[in-house]
Amino acid sequence: MSQQEKLLEIKNLTVHYATVDGTVRAVENLNLSVDAGQTLGLVGETGAGKTTTVKTIMRILPVPPSIIKNGEILYKGEDLLKKSQKEMRSIRGEKISMIFQDPMTSLNPVLTVGDQIKEAIELHTKVNKRKAFELAGDMLETVGIKRDRANDYPHQFSGGMKQRVVIAMALACNPELLIADEPTTALDVTIQAQVLELMKRLKVQYNTSMIMITHDLGIVAEICDYVAIMYAGEVVEYGTREDVFLRAQHPYTKGLFTCIPDMYSDDNRLIPIRGLMPDPSNLPSGCKFHTRCDYKCERCEKEEPSVVEVSSGHYVKCFFALPQNVASSKVSVKMPV
Amino acid sequence: MIKYILRRILMMIPVMLGVTIIVFTMMYITPGDPAEIILEDGATPEAVAELREEMGLDDPYLVRYFRFVSDLLHGDLGTCYAIGQPVFDRLVQTFPNTMKLAALAVLVSTTLGLLMGIISAAKQYSVFDNVAMALAMMGNAMPNFWQGLLLMLLFSLWLGWLPASGFSSFKHMILPAVTMGTSSAAIIARMTRSSMLEVIRADYISTARAKGQVEYRVILRHALKNALIPVVTIIGIQFGRQLGGAVLTESIFAIPGVGKMMVDAIKARNFPVVQGGVLMIALSLSIVNLLVDILYAYIDPRIKSQYK
Ligand SMILES: Nc1ncnc2c1ncn2[C@@H]1O[C@H](COP(=O)(O)OP(=O)(O)OP(=O)(O)O)[C@@H](O)[C@H]1O
Ligand code: SF4
Ligand SMILES: [Mg+2]
Repeated sequence: MSQQEKLLEIKNLTVHYATVDGTVRAVENLNLSVDAGQTLGLVGETGAGKTTTVKTIMRILPVPPSIIKNGEILYKGEDLLKKSQKEMRSIRGEKISMIFQDPMTSLNPVLTVGDQIKEAIELHTKVNKRKAFELAGDMLETVGIKRDRANDYPHQFSGGMKQRVVIAMALACNPELLIADEPTTALDVTIQAQVLELMKRLKVQYNTSMIMITHDLGIVAEICDYVAIMYAGEVVEYGTREDVFLRAQHPYTKGLFTCIPDMYSDDNRLIPIRGLMPDPSNLPSGCKFHTRCDYKCERCEKEEPSVVEVSSGHYVKCFFALPQNVASSKVSVKMPV
Repeated sequence: MIKYILRRILMMIPVMLGVTIIVFTMMYITPGDPAEIILEDGATPEAVAELREEMGLDDPYLVRYFRFVSDLLHGDLGTCYAIGQPVFDRLVQTFPNTMKLAALAVLVSTTLGLLMGIISAAKQYSVFDNVAMALAMMGNAMPNFWQGLLLMLLFSLWLGWLPASGFSSFKHMILPAVTMGTSSAAIIARMTRSSMLEVIRADYISTARAKGQVEYRVILRHALKNALIPVVTIIGIQFGRQLGGAVLTESIFAIPGVGKMMVDAIKARNFPVVQGGVLMIALSLSIVNLLVDILYAYIDPRIKSQYK
């Protein structure tokens, strides 16, 4: 693997939610990294801990009930988990931006879209109100909305347009990293394609790195350079898009691919493998996937598998992971560091 | 929007007409002969009959009702039986006092309620939240008149800081306004808190934080405005309650307002004064309702777009 600049590195991150029904182990010992200029796809079933992971990066988790138990989130070498909220505020929106799951609910219904974009600009640049509003209009045009709609309220826009507004808002201060949490799931299929196209174009135009959370393997194939497959709070397979699509080794990843009902269908959402994801407040022992795995053996129920680098930069967390090129591979205990 | 307001004002006409029917009928079926009341004890039956004739009291119900409404439209609310003064003049003397009191009470309760509610929601489960909500429970549970008596006891009789009755200065308004305001403040605080808690979980609040906005602006600019609709509704209802509650509070504190005037009038079967008071309160309530609806449009653009 080329020694590219690491923009973001998550090491051994563990995040729990303390609830009345017990501790929800939403993220457990998670390791990830994003290289500058690259797009990482974060894939997993509902409840896998994807949103929790990225909200931890932004440090916007609700504070009770969430507890960050352990780990480091290195952004250009600095640990975000050690920063004060004040320091975080100058990172949020300026260096790292986030697009939330549902455009219908992520815009404030009582403020005009222009004001909402302007707000982001005013927070991070020293321009006067008028200039900020003008820049907000520019951003709207960038995402294909006429600037004179800046004075309209969110309810006057369609779902696809709302998501464009959200994208404009997220990119307003030209962030280095854009986190998109299922940006198209709530949209119609045709609108999905348009929004995705827009994101692809803007990513190149603004040279942003991206973390793209999705259920949709079609989206991963289209825009991601790297892919991390999440299961029950951990990454079970990580590698380049080709590694994961063509040389998947983890039984869960393989299951995801065989479950695509129709290769030519527009809707490539995951249809989960038989069985259900374990309850994160009551995770199974050993390999967390053993309750659903076709290949499990006795050892899988007792011992937790370690992470194997099966080929350079391709990591799998399974006892049966096979190094593909014996000469260059080695067994390591950590994800890419 | 203007069209909507005009339409709402037009809609007040049938409402007020309904109120006149109810008020008039209630007075009509209340036992007691106004002529006898005016002439007091010892009047000859002939004199009473003559006065009945003169006042048109022997006319049928409908005739009397239409006369009542037509007088009303000419600005004539009738004449007070007790002192022979036009009811209209008596309202002019008493109503401003009631309004001042109700407005002050609403001001007290809104300020207090909003503040407590917002802080409680922003710091859910904190010590402040627990104490504030316990106080709100108490404020809501204590009957107003009892609170009024307690406050009087404490601040007038024991501490001697504030006058216990009368209405000649601002100082006189403090105790009654606080008495009327506390239970409303409690209700507004609880409504604000629950409405804010709901809004604070919304995605657009996370969006605002993700932009790097400071927390107090997230709360005030993004959350509060969205949480305000149910709160404004409650404040409107509280205003109505204040006007109704004035009947009691004004009697306790001996304030020359519409409430006290009506209580006295009911005791004396002074029908025109009661009718005038009820009509005035009903009119103020419809105006408050209209104001609340207009306020909705200023708070929420989605509601505004429905006001066509
Ligand atoms: N505020 C919270 N309090 C308690 N538990 C929570 C909270 N937020 C999330 N969880 C739990 O944490 C686990 C991970 O949730 P998370 O939202 O990160 O999943 P996700 O991978 O984003 O799923 P989805 O695809 O549905 O968005 C879930 O079991 C969820 O129920
Ligand atoms: S470790 Fe065992 S149970 Fe877990 S994925 Fe591999 S084979 Fe399946
Ligand atoms: Mg999610």
